[in-house]
Amino acid sequence: MKHIMTINKANLKESAVKGGCGNCQASCQSACKTSCTVANQKCERDEK
Amino acid sequence: MIHKYELNGLYIVLDVNSGGVHIVDKLTYDLLDYAVPPFATECPQEILDKLGGTYDIDELKECYEEIAELYEEKILFSPDEYEKFAKFTTASPVKSMCLHISHDCNLRCQYCFASTGDFGTGRKLMPLEIGKKAIDFLLENSGNRKNLELDFFGGEPLMNFGVVKEIVAYGREREKEYGKTFRFTITTNGTMLNDDSIDFINREMSNVVLSIDGRKEVNDRMRPTAGGKGTYDVILPKFKKLVDGRSKDKDWYVRGTFTKYNLDFSEDVFSLYEAGFDQISVEPVVCDAKYPYALTEEDLPAISAEYEKLAQRLLAQDKAGKHFNFFHFMIDLNQGPCAVKRLRGCGCGNEYVAITPDGDIYPCHQFVGMEEYKMGNLEEGTFNREMQADFAKAHIYNKPNCRECWARFYCSGGCNANNYQYMGDILKSHTLSCEFEKKRVECAIMIQAVKSLERNEAE
Ligand code: SF4
Ligand code: SF4
Ligand code: SF4
Repeated sequence: MKHIMTINKANLKESAVKGGCGNCQASCQSACKTSCTVANQKCERDEK
Repeated sequence: MIHKYELNGLYIVLDVNSGGVHIVDKLTYDLLDYAVPPFATECPQEILDKLGGTYDIDELKECYEEIAELYEEKILFSPDEYEKFAKFTTASPVKSMCLHISHDCNLRCQYCFASTGDFGTGRKLMPLEIGKKAIDFLLENSGNRKNLELDFFGGEPLMNFGVVKEIVAYGREREKEYGKTFRFTITTNGTMLNDDSIDFINREMSNVVLSIDGRKEVNDRMRPTAGGKGTYDVILPKFKKLVDGRSKDKDWYVRGTFTKYNLDFSEDVFSLYEAGFDQISVEPVVCDAKYPYALTEEDLPAISAEYEKLAQRLLAQDKAGKHFNFFHFMIDLNQGPCAVKRLRGCGCGNEYVAITPDGDIYPCHQFVGMEEYKMGNLEEGTFNREMQADFAKAHIYNKPNCRECWARFYCSGGCNANNYQYMGDILKSHTLSCEFEKKRVECAIMIQAVKSLERNEAE
């Protein structure tokens, strides 16, 4: 494409299908303890 | 839904529901004001009329087709299909806990939400018995979750470090029976660290959060001892020692708070870097507007500009080979958490709870002391499952602002405790925090956009 460059996989929808296992860290347990950005957490699902 | 913004000379378009991130030219950026679904096979005349004065007609037509193509691929204007996952969000296993090991503190940080350590409920240290019960509670209530998280929090946890050690030992012993693993973490103000505690923390704690605000004068103003002395010179060498002795597979952060007194907080971030730390988190203070250091609407332009400046400085820093992590700008656009996690949010009161020295259970560390949100007590063996189910429903689709917010899958619905404290309802977004959050997300994504352009150039 000439005008638009997509820089990622845009795979949120896929992620929902196998998601929700709950293995990952609760967000307030990471660094901030006051507000929440879930997008910077790591996914820790057993099988990907 | 899309969100577009210009930052650092880039035009960036986010497709909210697919997570797609696009870098576009100015023409596309402007065209997206008019080109929305449903798409025609050719760019409609009225759009050409509107933009034909500025742009070449053939280019507009071509660009329109590109937009329509991405729409077909469902990475632009893609639909929100996740609400069905939210419908099933019921109470989940409790697998994460904040242990208020000490409701006492030797510092008098002005902005402390624990009101000088005791959360307004009197100075107290957690007895070992309560700590053990907390471990048991997690083991018994965590269902099939293997990783259990337990954060030692305060007040200042080092004021009760003997009990911390014993709880860790007890947890390590009991986790085997259940085939689970505890991940211990700790947050400390650093003043009482010594070789022994540093050793222990580096051996047993998977993450450690070291509280320091940045520049000496900023830190010492807000984080004095009970006797009114500055703490910077005491804690800095201790933090250095701890960090230098930490193995690579374990996390740590220096973590500061910025207030109205240091709206130029990028200086504090860099001061921490210069002092030898490369894992940095510096967060806006959230407090009642009556305090002189409170951040208010009027600070928003300055704070936004400062986040932008910080992002640019970080990029320059990276280029010079001096990389460091700023917590809220860390984002992996390909392998972040699943959509289900994102719509559920922080998990407080559901998979995450906080325990006071008396064994009282609260939805999270920031709810501690709010009597109306007490969920139970470890000694009495009570736990309010109804309240847990309510918190399970505190997902983005039940928060009116979040439902419509472009940042919902990055932010995930903000802080329920702040919502309750300042807006009177856990489902009502604390709008000032939202503005900060949206700016951070924009900056974080811009950084990734610049990096991907650089990678492309290198190839
Ligand atoms: S571990 Fe990954 S898949 Fe599982 S809930 Fe967390 S983000 Fe989703
Ligand atoms: S920024 Fe505010 S409105 Fe948007 S998702 Fe976060 S809390 Fe909700
Ligand atoms: S309510 Fe706020 S402080 Fe509590 S866990 Fe959620 S984001 Fe963290």
